[in-house]
Amino acid sequence: MLSWFDTNLVSILNGFAIGSLLFILAVGLSIVFGMMDVLNLAHGALYLVGAYFGYQFAGDTSSWLGFGTALGTAALVGVLAGGVLSSMTEPLARRPHLDQALLTLGVALVVAELLAIFYGNDVLRVRPPPGLNGSMQVFGNTYPTYRLALIGIGVLIAVAVFVVVERTTVGALVRASVADREMVATLGVDNRLVKLAVLGVGSGLAALAGVLGGPIYGAGPGLDERVLILALVVVVIGGLGSIKGAFVGALLIGQVESLGRALVPDLASFVLFGALALVLIVRPRGLFGAPKAAV
Amino acid sequence: MKQRAGLLVGAVVLVALALVPLFVAPYETGIMSRILIFALLAVSLDLLVGITGLPSLGHAAYFGIGAYTAGWLSLNVSAEAPVPLLAATAAGAVAAAATGWLAVRSTGVFFLMLTLAIGELIFQVAQQWESVTGGSNGLFGIPAVRIAGSPLTLAGFVYWYVLAGFLVGYAGLRVVSASPFGAVLRGIRDNEPRMRSLGYSPFRYKYAAFVLAGAVAGLAGGLLAAQARLVTTADLGFTTAALALLAVVIGGAGTLWGACLGAALVVLVRDALGPRLDGHGPLVLGLVFIATVYLLPRGFAGLAALRLRRRPA
Repeated sequence: MLSWFDTNLVSILNGFAIGSLLFILAVGLSIVFGMMDVLNLAHGALYLVGAYFGYQFAGDTSSWLGFGTALGTAALVGVLAGGVLSSMTEPLARRPHLDQALLTLGVALVVAELLAIFYGNDVLRVRPPPGLNGSMQVFGNTYPTYRLALIGIGVLIAVAVFVVVERTTVGALVRASVADREMVATLGVDNRLVKLAVLGVGSGLAALAGVLGGPIYGAGPGLDERVLILALVVVVIGGLGSIKGAFVGALLIGQVESLGRALVPDLASFVLFGALALVLIVRPRGLFGAPKAAV
Repeated sequence: MKQRAGLLVGAVVLVALALVPLFVAPYETGIMSRILIFALLAVSLDLLVGITGLPSLGHAAYFGIGAYTAGWLSLNVSAEAPVPLLAATAAGAVAAAATGWLAVRSTGVFFLMLTLAIGELIFQVAQQWESVTGGSNGLFGIPAVRIAGSPLTLAGFVYWYVLAGFLVGYAGLRVVSASPFGAVLRGIRDNEPRMRSLGYSPFRYKYAAFVLAGAVAGLAGGLLAAQARLVTTADLGFTTAALALLAVVIGGAGTLWGACLGAALVVLVRDALGPRLDGHGPLVLGLVFIATVYLLPRGFAGLAALRLRRRPA
């Protein structure tokens, strides 16, 4: 057992790093979906925008200034983009929810193509900031420092999101909107403002995840679809609108992606699908999804 | 009266389609073939999206599986006319049956997410299973289809072959859509609890529709293998699935013929206009898509219905 743990330690750590990243990406998607039934298919495109910001500011040299600028710009642009998306879906509010998802699909196609025109089709590198670009010894295994830092950042963001959503008045408003948004509207709260705020923060986190994931995955076409699908699987497994669900789902999928690929390389895709199928058969609303009344 | 007008339009379109290779240059005939293939994919998706109310973002998977099956059979076993098409149809149906039992448990946006995940996983399998699919290089050098032993190489003959396949698939879906079975599907789309309380099993009907749509998508894939003679992983990827859904939505979901118009627009922008835009056709399509969602909630078909209603009876 101990020796198994020792040989697979790197994969397990990688799984945690991917899980961290997935949580940052998926938590916004989950809350927006849980609250407004709006599936934001542009979420992956926002991640890609963040990744290209990472390349723009931290692609050539490893510097804290560059990486910090990338993080700041990405978060800001992400929040603004979330605001734009929110106001774009507003005229469709009275139409079926599918129309809003389709709109975000169109936006995702346009954004991804614009990025491909601007940055070309190659996978571009993003450098981790100095001090984090080396590697260190973990129980006798060499492991990149940046990925350890990423695990830490993921935990920090998870704690921050958890505290805000579970312990503050604003968080209570968000949770109430997930549970029953008509009732919240009856109490005199403008749903549109809550949606604007949540979509803004969620999109900001997605763009942030793009910068943070840059040193691992780089930035290139097709990445948006890959991360979107992983984030969707996390959200489906964890349950809509649940922070805890997004956290557990992200850790689970992180391990499936890393440990699964290391142990059964040929079957990794099936393992991912199998995990999804298993959860949906046992708990159709996801691990932590509240049983919601028919919408 | 309206039905007779519809029949007349149908007959005129059919004759025009059949005459295409006689009046159109080979390259343009090839594009027409592509339009028909993509239209068949879009129509099969319309059975799910428009008639059953199940928006799928993974439908290209069954199209791709059909294409790989037909291509692999033509390369390794036989390219004699109906064999690759029948096998492609069967493969599409089997793949849809294997994955659909999970997908049709959900509805609405949930279904969209699940089919997206399923499609992506099938894409990954195609990417990794290099001994059969050729991995990222694709399956190339597929021999021309043979009819009674002689290979079909001229663009015009290939077009007629594709047209025949398209008509079989389209007519099949048309019959299904007009049958009592199709009426039940529409009932499920409009009010599932009511259909359940009437004694129908929505799961079984949705599952059957999903498998049928997968089979026709597989048939379209088989036609693709015969026409392009090259199958790549892009054919079953997210972009193809998204473009197919786009074609259905632009055309107007639920009408079948609307999906054909949408497919024609998508292929024209992607394959005919695309090279002039440096291969960035999806940019234009994305913009068209956004405009459609805002301006034409019911697609081209919605426009036609509007015009009919305004005309005095």
